[in-house]
Amino acid sequence: MISRAERSANYVILVLFAAFALAPIGTVLAAALGPDDAPGSGSGSAASIAGLHVGNFATAWHVGHFGTYLRMSLLVSVFVVTVSVILSILSGYALGTMRFRGSTLLFYAFLLGIMMPSEAIVVPLYFDLRTLGLTDTFWAVALPQVAQSVAFGTFWMRAYFRTSSRALVEAARMDGASTRTILWRVLVPIAWPAVVTLIVLTFMWTWNEFLVPLVMVTAESLRTAPLGLAFFQGQYTQGFTLLAAGAVIVATPVALLYLFLQRKFISGMLEGAVRE
Amino acid sequence: MTATTTRAVRERSLVGPPRRPRGTGYLYVLPAFLVYAAFLLYPLARSVQISFYDWDGLTLGRWIGLDNYADVLRNDDLRDAFGHALVLMVFYALVPLCVGLVLASILNRAKVRGLSFFRTVVFLPQVIAMVVVAVAWRRIYAPDGPLNSLLHAVGLGSLTRAWLGDYGAALPAVGFIGTWFETGLVTVLLLAGMSRISPELYDAVRLDGGGPVREFFAVTLPSVRGEIAVALTLTVIAALRTFDLVYVTTRGGPGTSTSVPSYEVYHRAFELGKVGSAAAIGVCLTIIIFVISFAITRVGDRDSTS
Repeated sequence: MISRAERSANYVILVLFAAFALAPIGTVLAAALGPDDAPGSGSGSAASIAGLHVGNFATAWHVGHFGTYLRMSLLVSVFVVTVSVILSILSGYALGTMRFRGSTLLFYAFLLGIMMPSEAIVVPLYFDLRTLGLTDTFWAVALPQVAQSVAFGTFWMRAYFRTSSRALVEAARMDGASTRTILWRVLVPIAWPAVVTLIVLTFMWTWNEFLVPLVMVTAESLRTAPLGLAFFQGQYTQGFTLLAAGAVIVATPVALLYLFLQRKFISGMLEGAVRE
Repeated sequence: MTATTTRAVRERSLVGPPRRPRGTGYLYVLPAFLVYAAFLLYPLARSVQISFYDWDGLTLGRWIGLDNYADVLRNDDLRDAFGHALVLMVFYALVPLCVGLVLASILNRAKVRGLSFFRTVVFLPQVIAMVVVAVAWRRIYAPDGPLNSLLHAVGLGSLTRAWLGDYGAALPAVGFIGTWFETGLVTVLLLAGMSRISPELYDAVRLDGGGPVREFFAVTLPSVRGEIAVALTLTVIAALRTFDLVYVTTRGGPGTSTSVPSYEVYHRAFELGKVGSAAAIGVCLTIIIFVISFAITRVGDRDSTS
């Protein structure tokens, strides 16, 4: 039914589209691995392996203070993921399996937070946290993101627990299992794939977040990786090589995770949007 | 009060598994809700409150009612910013949707190998931090960057320019970055929808003597209405929330040619000291996003059930 010509035309389209998607990323990678283009740096200054100037990463790491930024990003991400996933499992469990007054209202309240743009809350958050003396702290960066992640997480876990086997829960309850035991011993092990997807998505959103840290933090030691990169781009104007190396450093953690867990990323981001 | 007590008594007396103590549900929701209320609901309410004031963030604010909202309609800069958001929607939502529909239906027709690898590649832009994306494209658009080199190489040297510094070209240039990272998402989403279409439907059209174009309009398009609605919601909201990209590539310039509502929120609150106005824009943005996602979901639902 499908001709050979059409099939090869399809491969051409696939390759062209993939090349289009990869070209900007390739530009950055090529620049990061090429000779340093900054004036005054001898082309042989950075260590190179097989013609690839991997020493650029070390130079960028040093010049751009990426160690500090990555450390902050890691701390914020681990905190936001841990706290928001645990809180989401608890609230999703209650909203998905228990019936109590106001549960629907509570659910809609959480739903509001999924669509709400950070731009709507960041302004009062900054001024109120400033009054409390909390701006320029770890908490000012992490807690608003916990709140945003909890909104999606509750929605996500509730949807999962609602569809999870009711018979199983009833059986466990008949056996005298407490509400808490049912959650952690029966439901969470079954829901583990959904929990991993939630962890992966929350990690990505937190790692990539820009507006909240930009507004909340002025101290250099508290900058997250994307924020550090944005400032580095503003300050370092001698060339593109080190900037590209910095960009690669900032993108690598999420990109690596994506390569290993791409199914979770894709299905999570698509389902998260489809479920309503 | 009495009604609930009697119901609780009646429920407990029923034969069945032991009931959990009352209030357990609240206990489980409470920790999440406290953080959520403190760092999201309360700030949202404060945003609405602040939007009624003329406030510079330092001295005492002055109540001005709806003036900040009237400004969104009256002020040229703000009207432009929302207009730019509309232009971005074309680049973020409309173009990727059209390209995605064509690509996905072509790829869905002939089952080619390597599709999952392709999916991984075209979805990649979605997971990369927007700041990194912006750094990459700033390089591409630079006066001595790859885009201008390419144009020179193919003999179109007259088209070269400083893309992000040009009044006419900057906004489409920023928008095209959106096309780049949304097209993969839309295509993957549509491919997933099309793979669920039963092959018999296509056979029916072919028996009628219909070609690929008939197949597309009679079978493919109606079958993926739900996916189209989701794709539009995601990309339109992404267009409205463009902040990182503008902040890193153009800072709203040259002039105000690439200023967008999200950027105006930041610019006004933290650079111009017009906090009330910034809050009002934030509230408008939220309302617009709610209305759009609600409307698109509604239309998608109605179409798919009819």
